Amino acid sequence: MTTEAISSRLPTGAIDTSGPRGPRPKSVTIGRIGVYAFLILSALFFLLPLWVMVVTSLKTMPEIREGHLFNWPALLTFDPWLKAWDTACTGRDCNGLKPGFWNSVKITALSVPVSIVIAMINGYALSFWRYKGSELLFGILIFGAFVPYQVVIYPLIIGMRELGLFATLPGIVIVHTIFGMPILTLLYRNFFASLPIELFKAGRVDGAGFWGIFFRIMLPMSVPITIVAVILQTTGIWNDFLFGTVFAGRENMPMTVQLNNIVTTTTGIREYNVNMAATILTAAVPLVVYFISGKWFVRGIAAGAVKG
Amino acid sequence: MTTSVSIKDLSLNFGNVKVLESLDLEVAQGEFIVLLGPSGCGKSTLLNCIAGLLDVSDGQIFISGKNVTWDEPKDRGIGMVFQSYALYPQMTVEKNLSFGLRVARMPKEEVEARVKRAAEILQIEPLLQRKPVELSGGQRQRVAIGRALVRDVDVFLFDEPLSNLDAKLRNDLRIEIKRLHQRLKNTMIYVTHDQIEAMTLADRIAIMKNGVIQQLADPHTIYNKPTNLFVAGFIGSPSMNFLKGDLNGGTINVSGTPIPLTNYAFEQQLNGAAVLGVRPEHVAIGDEARKMPFQVESEIEIVEPMGADTVAWTKLGGQQLTFRAAAEVHLEPGQKVLIGFDPARGSVFNAETGNRI
Repeated sequence: MTTEAISSRLPTGAIDTSGPRGPRPKSVTIGRIGVYAFLILSALFFLLPLWVMVVTSLKTMPEIREGHLFNWPALLTFDPWLKAWDTACTGRDCNGLKPGFWNSVKITALSVPVSIVIAMINGYALSFWRYKGSELLFGILIFGAFVPYQVVIYPLIIGMRELGLFATLPGIVIVHTIFGMPILTLLYRNFFASLPIELFKAGRVDGAGFWGIFFRIMLPMSVPITIVAVILQTTGIWNDFLFGTVFAGRENMPMTVQLNNIVTTTTGIREYNVNMAATILTAAVPLVVYFISGKWFVRGIAAGAVKG
Repeated sequence: MTTSVSIKDLSLNFGNVKVLESLDLEVAQGEFIVLLGPSGCGKSTLLNCIAGLLDVSDGQIFISGKNVTWDEPKDRGIGMVFQSYALYPQMTVEKNLSFGLRVARMPKEEVEARVKRAAEILQIEPLLQRKPVELSGGQRQRVAIGRALVRDVDVFLFDEPLSNLDAKLRNDLRIEIKRLHQRLKNTMIYVTHDQIEAMTLADRIAIMKNGVIQQLADPHTIYNKPTNLFVAGFIGSPSMNFLKGDLNGGTINVSGTPIPLTNYAFEQQLNGAAVLGVRPEHVAIGDEARKMPFQVESEIEIVEPMGADTVAWTKLGGQQLTFRAAAEVHLEPGQKVLIGFDPARGSVFNAETGNRI
């Protein structure tokens, strides 16, 4: 086929060039306005309880009794906050949430690193050092994620009692570590499985062993996923009520349990403002964690999904 | 010549799947050997066994005369380069290069000297303080080679090192690997599925299929005297023409067209079903064809201009035949041309066993 023959087949005459050109213009459609209106309304709806909590905690009891639930306090007071923190009564002790806060700090600060370090090693071993039965072990671990906590509480209580760890700080830390293990191991295994296996092989050729590869190659790479794990565990353990009630014992009662005791106290009058303040105080830690780490959280999840 | 790597009766099973079966391979000191084959033929598995990254099911591996069958990768005197580069992403190029040496607790001055030498050889000195993400594909692969280089090993193992690079870079690095081999004179074992890499780099090529080495020979022999139909079809692009026919008394009858195999060096006698293999580049047309022992008139069906030359598709006795013509020759579909070839340059195979006769 000659070139002239091909070009003669092309359409002759000018093409109309006045039509669309360049980027398509962005227009505000009714649909878009509707979406935004819906989102804003939903946000307001879900923020309403928070608003009620905040304004109630800043009112005096007489004003609360007037019953204007949504009003801004006429007489602003911070006393309920101080009382919730320092002097509110839980049973016979009247020390406020303060001891509970420090107990929760202790429990979280110990459980988070312990559970993460173990899960990290688990995930690393399960994805790179496959051995006979490793898949089965992983399956059992994942199955553990679906077992309701309530089912295993009683046997666990007996186990802890026999070990002499029931109602102690190490006891509650071990419990949190055990229950965090399935989801954290899954998280780390999938993260390590997304790394090229050749990286691990290169480490072996370079002479690094199990721990050498773990500490010098894998650990520095797992920062994003570790941030995710820290957020998951910190908020999960801080918010826990069930294990705290059962396993922590009187000495180490976490903030959530103490909050419950303050709110459900049956003697005297119900101080709604103090209850609200105590609730906000307890919820503050996970809220702060989310606000600070939201960006990192998303980044970490994305890092797990996309190969580097 | 002394033996560098020696593999004796090697078998490897994954569960019930036999990946390698009783494989033997002797690699001489300083030899560049290429393991070539389609995906899943066991070539990478074999390399991983030599590296010690996979435990073998049976057999022995010797490197530099030492039985390393049970040794850890680091104790085998090997360096390995991977397809995905496998650079440690959080370390600088310098740290990447020195990692193995630091793990082995080598004195600092020695580490520095070796990294410097490797960087010099590979011309990556300006990149030493960069992280792998800041490097291009070719630079990354150079660092990966450097990581094997600093360890000062006897044997280099390459696992498809150029497959992730674009065509141009692949050619450049191929030359560099060849230059490196000529300079260092180490034993190199190189896995690839790219026949051009195999032909250009290798002292000897081992063509593998289903975990068995089909032919182990120098590139010239592999190309001109393939031992069976698989090797003949795998090497060469466009691939060899296979003309099925009946072999009788030194003449093969291809669907009614008799082709006398005069001067063909038969390795064994056979009368019956056979396949004549003819390389597209051994087929001549026009005046050239007139000089050939076998000539036939044929009609051109498809023309593929490649730039440097032109590949044309035609039929011989009803069977597909491609040939390579010079780019200047004007060919058009439907055109009748005289083609010819020398059957003695071809290969004849037993149609049943597929082996060369």
